[in-house]
Amino acid sequence: MVKQEFASAGADLELVGLHKRFPGFTAIEDLNLTIPAGSFFALLGPSGCGKTTTLRLVAGLEEPTSGSILIGGKDVTSIKSFQRPVNTVFQSYALFPHMSILENVAFGLKRRKVPDALTRAHDVLKLVELDHLAARKPAQLSGGQQQRVALARAVVNRPALLLLDEPLGALDLKLRRQMQLELKSIQSEVGLTFLHVTHDQEEAMTMADTVAVMNKGAIEQMGAPEELYELPRTAFVANFLGQSNLFTGHVTASSDASIVVKVAQNSIEVPRRRAQRHAGDVTIGVRPEKLMLHTEAPSPQAGRNILGPGRVVDVSFSGVSTQYLIAIAGLRDIVVFAQNMVFGPVVQVGAQVWVAWATEHGFGLADDPAVGPRFDADTDTHAIAVQTQDELAAELEAL
Amino acid sequence: MAFAAFASGTTQAEPAARKRSPLALILLLPGVLYLLLFFLTPLVSLVLTSLQAPVEFGDVGQFEPAFEWQNYVAVVDAYWPHFLRSFGYAIAATFFALLISYPLAYFIGVKARARPMLQALMLTLVIAPFFISFLLRTLAWKQLMSDDTPLVLGLKTLGILGANDHLTGTAFSVIFGLTYNFIPFMTLPLYTTLERLDLRYLEASSDLYANSATTFWKVTVPLSMPGIVSGTLLTFIPASGDYINASSSFLGSSSTSMVGNVIEANFIDLLNYPEAAALSVLLMGIILVLVSAYVKRSGTEDLV
Repeated sequence: MVKQEFASAGADLELVGLHKRFPGFTAIEDLNLTIPAGSFFALLGPSGCGKTTTLRLVAGLEEPTSGSILIGGKDVTSIKSFQRPVNTVFQSYALFPHMSILENVAFGLKRRKVPDALTRAHDVLKLVELDHLAARKPAQLSGGQQQRVALARAVVNRPALLLLDEPLGALDLKLRRQMQLELKSIQSEVGLTFLHVTHDQEEAMTMADTVAVMNKGAIEQMGAPEELYELPRTAFVANFLGQSNLFTGHVTASSDASIVVKVAQNSIEVPRRRAQRHAGDVTIGVRPEKLMLHTEAPSPQAGRNILGPGRVVDVSFSGVSTQYLIAIAGLRDIVVFAQNMVFGPVVQVGAQVWVAWATEHGFGLADDPAVGPRFDADTDTHAIAVQTQDELAAELEAL
Repeated sequence: MAFAAFASGTTQAEPAARKRSPLALILLLPGVLYLLLFFLTPLVSLVLTSLQAPVEFGDVGQFEPAFEWQNYVAVVDAYWPHFLRSFGYAIAATFFALLISYPLAYFIGVKARARPMLQALMLTLVIAPFFISFLLRTLAWKQLMSDDTPLVLGLKTLGILGANDHLTGTAFSVIFGLTYNFIPFMTLPLYTTLERLDLRYLEASSDLYANSATTFWKVTVPLSMPGIVSGTLLTFIPASGDYINASSSFLGSSSTSMVGNVIEANFIDLLNYPEAAALSVLLMGIILVLVSAYVKRSGTEDLV
């Protein structure tokens, strides 16, 4: 039986050339990742992208086909899960139904023969404000309370690395927001390393210091949330993390400062340092909220890209902003988010408009337009979120 | 702290209000009639028989209604070793059946989950013995364990059995027979519980520093308690009243007689109906007490 000391600080996690193959498919392909100690790291991706498998590999619940896992510089690849300095908050919580809340929380401590296990369990239950329910069984608690017990059961062990497998998935929106803040404050209080797996981009961006976007068993891009959002490197990231307008065209001019791409008879300029490819056919993009709508043709000026004229095909009001869908000949429909500075939409369906944006807001993707995978609209986060919400609503209805 | 905001009252399931309807009583009627006719009537008759006294100057087997409670004293006095033996054998058989069935049920219900064909095949093999009368199967074991069979000769050569020892007619062969005959009754309830065992609890346990042995004792066993309790009851109750395995025509001898054999002898050979009935009532009472103590102790009412 291992008897580790309580981790005084988080440990860093390193994945080296990790592969995981299941019969019939590859879940993880050559994954290399370093998570610095004490950080809040989010693995973000659609269902089936391999993020949960990654988590299970780190927890020791699956064995990698090849590659190695290092926690705090120590190779744990061949170490059994119960010997790893890692605890998991499971998506299903997995609270032991035959034990009381207190016994659940003290379980890990007792296994490690920590002397004052029950006192510590009570302390952590006080932290999540559930000490008054210590004698109850998990089935007698609500979903939100069970989630907090699951968190307490993991945190009480002070693992060097805490793994969170979509632990907020089953909570309603308001509760989830509160838990996000709570998790974040616990993490900064205890200084552990958190590895959070989620398909909710908003959750990942609000909570994590570093976000890695995963797709098809590999990491597409990794960085601070702002960096990922403002400068996505692939079409997948550009569309999975928020929405993007993407255009494909040929590079017609290239200078030290920028490249110029021909898009539907318009010349679009993209800063060279924000573009991954500088010659041939390229895909460039811009975020919808960076676009300005003009009802008259704007005069061309340096530092501004203009597309149009086009027609407004859809207007949808969403409170803080209004979403416009603009059809321009030769291009896919362009999405524009406009802050509602005035009452109601600025333009109506059918109006003729031009869209313009500052050059420095554009970005160029690394995907080769000829072979680059088109982003599948059905698997974006929004669709998943809407689906989960619908399922939840249906479930509540059925009760 | 933000938790205070949603630390509202806990959800405690309120029992749904029962609607009283005459239909339910009508539907219950056949069952109630059945119980009255086939359970309560024989039970009352059995108790009355157990209190009968012999007819004065009557024939063997002639009794009249009385309140002869001394019958109970007489049977306890005469047959207490048989009671002890019965429960001893039944407990041993239940223990061994559990020992054999648990890994078997675990394999079928948990390890073979991904392979439904293998699961079906193994379940069929567990049930297959039922296709042959258990009398025949028990006789077959008697033949296998008789003197001068390869098995016995082999054991004698190895020095495990002495030159004048037998396998049949011993406590070993009776417990063996009981264990063998009741294994399916133990395996099936265990299988149904283990088949539904949520493996995520085992993963959580392993994640919380429990090695496989600790996980087994702290998580798997408690979660499979309903199966263990029903399996052991289904084995222990009939095994303690069994009179086939222990009878000298099968695997036993006069030195292995259980209560069932004594009851059979009193009813059929000695025609001593009151004593046989008193033995039956006693057996039933003791089983009832043992079983309720066991169920209470194992605390299954807490599970689901």
